Amino acid sequence: MGKVFIAGVGFTKIAEHWDRSLDGLLVEASLKAFDNAGLSEVDSIYVGNALAEALQDQMHLGAAVAEDLGLARVPAFRVEAAEASGAAALYAGFNEVASGRADAVLVVGGEKLSDGLPEEVSSGLMMGGRPYYESFIGADFYSLNALLYRIYCERYGCDNLASFPVMSHAHAEGVAHAQYPFKLSLEKVLSSPFIAEPLRRLEVSGIGDGAAAVILVGERLAGKLKSPLSQLQVASATDRLNPFDRESPLRFQSVGLAVSLVLRDARLSRNEIGFIELYDATSIMAALCLESSGFADPGKSGELAARGELDLGGSLPCNTFGGLKARGHPLGATALYQIAEAHLQVTDQAGRNQVDSAGAGLAIAIGGVGATAFASIVKRV
Amino acid sequence: MVRVGGVAIRGYGGYVPRYRIRAEEIGRIWGVGAAELPVGEKSVAGPDEDVATMAVEAARMALRRAGIDPRKIGAIHVGSESKPYAVKPTGTIVAEAIGANPSKLAADFEFACKAGTEALSLISGLIQTGIIEYGLAIGADTAQGRPRDALEYTAASGAAAFILGKPDRQAVALIEAWSGYVTDTPDFWRRPFDRYPVHAARFTGAPAYFKHVVGAVKSLLDGDGYSIDEIDYFVFHQPNVKFPLAAAKMLGIPKEKVLPGLLSDKIGNTYSACSLLGLVKVLDQAQPGQKILLASYGSGAGSDAFIIKVLDAILERRDLAPRLDSFLEDKIYIDYATYLKFRGEILRR
Repeated sequence: MGKVFIAGVGFTKIAEHWDRSLDGLLVEASLKAFDNAGLSEVDSIYVGNALAEALQDQMHLGAAVAEDLGLARVPAFRVEAAEASGAAALYAGFNEVASGRADAVLVVGGEKLSDGLPEEVSSGLMMGGRPYYESFIGADFYSLNALLYRIYCERYGCDNLASFPVMSHAHAEGVAHAQYPFKLSLEKVLSSPFIAEPLRRLEVSGIGDGAAAVILVGERLAGKLKSPLSQLQVASATDRLNPFDRESPLRFQSVGLAVSLVLRDARLSRNEIGFIELYDATSIMAALCLESSGFADPGKSGELAARGELDLGGSLPCNTFGGLKARGHPLGATALYQIAEAHLQVTDQAGRNQVDSAGAGLAIAIGGVGATAFASIVKRV
Repeated sequence: MVRVGGVAIRGYGGYVPRYRIRAEEIGRIWGVGAAELPVGEKSVAGPDEDVATMAVEAARMALRRAGIDPRKIGAIHVGSESKPYAVKPTGTIVAEAIGANPSKLAADFEFACKAGTEALSLISGLIQTGIIEYGLAIGADTAQGRPRDALEYTAASGAAAFILGKPDRQAVALIEAWSGYVTDTPDFWRRPFDRYPVHAARFTGAPAYFKHVVGAVKSLLDGDGYSIDEIDYFVFHQPNVKFPLAAAKMLGIPKEKVLPGLLSDKIGNTYSACSLLGLVKVLDQAQPGQKILLASYGSGAGSDAFIIKVLDAILERRDLAPRLDSFLEDKIYIDYATYLKFRGEILRR
């Protein structure tokens, strides 16, 4: 397999973009990535999106994005893996460049959740599970999270889980592309109402629209570009869809496997990872993500967050631009925001959010409640 | 901005049914805490009340204040989204009840919560052009909120009626200017045969309520040189307590000029009657010479804004009918089960 480099990134602000279309957001992010890379052509396009058929009646985003970019001849596909769709598109684009088939690939993820009513978005999220027997009993993404939260509390205690949103918000303060660029106090999190006990409203990411794009290039092209480069490695693994069908619901096997694989492929050990972008769709997901990846002992991740170890200046900075909770979580775009932010870190372009010793960052994306996981390493070159 | 020449409010009346349900009683059922509640309590129509009966109550009070012969009323337009009949105008029932028949025009209007002010502006036009001598504009609703929906806490019942005519010494207020602001913005809707409306969550805020209300008010203020300083009262559509105060803040209007006409904490959102009841409340207390800016909001979406100047006759005519306070203070609290019964939510077969 050849080396794969990130040559450019682009993204929109995450917000409720009432007056924009999904296509428009995808195009904005893509054009910014092209400009950033100093390229105007790619060999193929991969589009990450989770819910376009449910919210936009659109199931042909590949060709649509190619046309909108004036590239209607280039192979272009949509790739989906629920909330991790952006990472699935990245995986596909990575493989094409690594195989040598393509010199340059555009990977763009986008989601426009504000086109749907909140109930429709909630139903959409259940399309990442097995709706015909989970939704049937009234379960949704948040209630499944709440069940995991309960088990976690019983097994380990959960005094510190509410520190995850506090940590993420602190990092998003003043971030131009973040949906919620402000600090959040622990008291505020703990006084917000339950949406599914014991999960509180401010422990859950919001609904937002956005798109993020990266341009991947192979070694042949990388040498000719002037833009700052980083090196990418991606791995993936799956697990049973319903967490309660698994041997241990509190351990995301998919995350553990994907992280081990990507570390192996990147020839790095855990202590060489300078920062992590977690999939904190909820506080309990953040905890399980960090623990399943082997960077925290079971039941101990909340303590790390509460102690400030995950802060920008801490021993293992996490969610360096605010993560899903504060930067925002436009499903199919989210993983590509993570990758773009990691690229900014390892190319020293993160500004106020720059972490020291950002040699390599790990981004974890999760589809469903741990059924699909992608682990990506973005490394300084 | 339209200069309205020679149109006055001759009489007005506001009616709020006696029953109230506290928002915390609704919250008790659905597990919603006090901090989350958009209003304190809301008015609920009794089991023998509907838009027609409430419109008649308000119209009768308007008639008493106007002191005119009802047979001279040439048009009765009722704005509502909870009409007793899908087909048959409520206006005909009101006209019959107050002795105005045969009148010339009696259509019902629908524009979500601004149907009442829509009636007000169109009747202003009929007066201004001399087509009719007097006209009756009514906003009335027994608004629907799906159990557990956010609207259930606020969707309330009430009616407000205004008799318009040419300005003379009996007129209580002068309509000086009007401005409308309408776009295709689907923030809230109800399809035919649907029992409850649907709303698009936060989309009802910035791109809907605030854009249109601020747009209509600005076109009056900027368009014709009215200044915030010269206006004594601002009455906004009040779907909750937060929105009208936030709109005032955006426009740089002091809170003190909004609070006198802010009723939503006490009666909820009475939809087509909502901003008009705020106007009634202000007319009950304003002094001659004072100016009022009224801005409605209707989902779908649009806002009508009016500049209204209070005239001398207000002092002698406002107590010819009960003030709105008498309805606001006369209340019977009901529990959630009684509320469901009154609203027809309990199906018996």
